[in-house]
Amino acid sequence: MVEKRPDDSQRCGADRAKTKGRKMWDYVKLVVLGAVAVFAAIGAQYAHDLAYMVNAIVVMLAAAITFVVVLRGMYEPVSVDPNTYNDGVVRAGAIATAFWGVVGFLVGVIIAFQLAFPALNIPGVDGILNFGRLRPLHTSAVIFAFGGNGLIMSAFYVVQRTSAARLWGGNLGWFVFWGWQLMIVLAATSYVLGGTQSKEYAETVWYIDWWIVVVWLAFLAVFLGTLINRKEPHIYVANWFYLSFIVTVAMLHVVNNLAVPVSLFSSKSVSAFGGVQDAMTQWWYGHNAVGFFLTAGFLGMMYYFVPKQAERPVYSYKLSIIHFWALIFLYIWAGPHHLHYTALPEWAATLGMVFSIMLWMPSWGGMINGLMTLSGAWDKLRTDPIIRMMVVSIGFYGMSTFEGPMMSIKAVNSLSHYTDWTIGHVHSGALGWNGMITFGALYFLTPRLWNRDGLYSLRLVSWHFWLATIGIVLYAASMWVTGIMEGLMWREVDANGFLVNAFADTVSAKFPMYVVRGLGGVMFLTGALIMCYNLWMTVRAQPAKAVSPAAVPAE
Amino acid sequence: MDTYSFLRQFADSWMLLLMTVLFLGVVAYAFRPGSRKLQDEAANSIFRNDQRPAGPAEESSRNIKEA
Repeated sequence: MVEKRPDDSQRCGADRAKTKGRKMWDYVKLVVLGAVAVFAAIGAQYAHDLAYMVNAIVVMLAAAITFVVVLRGMYEPVSVDPNTYNDGVVRAGAIATAFWGVVGFLVGVIIAFQLAFPALNIPGVDGILNFGRLRPLHTSAVIFAFGGNGLIMSAFYVVQRTSAARLWGGNLGWFVFWGWQLMIVLAATSYVLGGTQSKEYAETVWYIDWWIVVVWLAFLAVFLGTLINRKEPHIYVANWFYLSFIVTVAMLHVVNNLAVPVSLFSSKSVSAFGGVQDAMTQWWYGHNAVGFFLTAGFLGMMYYFVPKQAERPVYSYKLSIIHFWALIFLYIWAGPHHLHYTALPEWAATLGMVFSIMLWMPSWGGMINGLMTLSGAWDKLRTDPIIRMMVVSIGFYGMSTFEGPMMSIKAVNSLSHYTDWTIGHVHSGALGWNGMITFGALYFLTPRLWNRDGLYSLRLVSWHFWLATIGIVLYAASMWVTGIMEGLMWREVDANGFLVNAFADTVSAKFPMYVVRGLGGVMFLTGALIMCYNLWMTVRAQPAKAVSPAAVPAE
Repeated sequence: MDTYSFLRQFADSWMLLLMTVLFLGVVAYAFRPGSRKLQDEAANSIFRNDQRPAGPAEESSRNIKEA
């Protein structure tokens, strides 16, 4: 618990008055939690489908556990030192990021081998462990569980430091953390039992979507509240990226998930849009989820952690401002490039292509800004494996933001679309850019959050670095080969204009590349496991930081 | 004119112009005279307040550098 500090005594009178209000608020919480638990129990009873029933039971248990926690905490004295940062929730977020990362990568490796060896789709379990069920589990686990926790955790850390203010909203930060974990568990159990609304990266069914809105608005409130309380005159650019990520994802999520449930007790719902409008809404969401979740949010990380780790300010603050606005103005229009040669009007597809190509400029501006932050300190690349990780991450950002615009060109897309090239592109961005910058942030944060004197082992960071990098290269290279091969095979016609290859021919031709891709995944996963061991040992075995500040951070 | 045609025409004329002007304005604003000092100050703001929030009395520029 918190150490008593001398100025605590002055607040005692005010505290007593506050206690009464807090108790009332606790009663409200208990009533709401009890009602939720009862309603969830009723829902489990009347459920139309298995996914809904299991989700209802999970909600019931979560509400019951939270009920007990609130009840037990009611008579505990609360003393929070406002002159400290709320790092407890950041620590929890760091653990969750590492944990869900390993889970997500593991499921990815499993489904990679399922594609190579279809026998791994275990029969007799009613499809539960089939590729079709595990694939959304993998994408959601890495994007929303690993990436989401990494973003929420780092946003909470960065906004406190750059605002010089404690996280706003008291326990609201903890609500965001636990609410997000509940969302992940609900989504995971729902997917494997067949709950889906069949929208890529938005598979979560309607009631999980509503829960995401609640948690996300709480996240926005905590972030904005802290910014408003800031003691710094300027809002540091990393916070601009984080804020745009939070606001835009809220907007995308709500619009794309407008749907009418078929029953209060069913996980099925009907989208508010139909046909090509539905497709366009989905890819407006889908591409901007990449643009604002996987790009803007992680750029917020880059603009804080890279300068901090390099111990020099960002190369050009002006460029970071232009980077921000150019990215915001351009990204939102790029979605139609997912729908080339479909029922989408030609002008919309062309618009998406043109904006995607223009997007190359801010992307590379940002990459140059991140890389040049090291100018004058390039020697750190040799001595500091964490900086190396961050630099490779920025390198992959540059590479995939070059590849993406290229693939959005209609002529290129006619070859690349629906092939494994797309999957390779996504993974060079996700593993290379999002993964590596998050690993860098975890390596940066762990010793600081647990007040340890540096990491347990830099050698292990190097091992992680090389395993991950070689793993990504294997992944991306095998997917280029198989993607282009597949694209060429599909369009190959003989002298009479008949297609030469059946679809199954491409599938069997891809086998060796699928094995290489799986091995790349194994290397990436091994690297992540080494990271977890290293971080665990940092907390467990490293001595506390020698010159410690006046007091250990609260909580 | 039906809604679709109206919105399309509006989007690729006045709205496009507005967005472009807005964007150029934002970029021009980043280059305004005197911005460099503020931007350097902001770029360096991440190197303070690492351990605890700034107290009520202290203001950012007067904080002790903890980098």
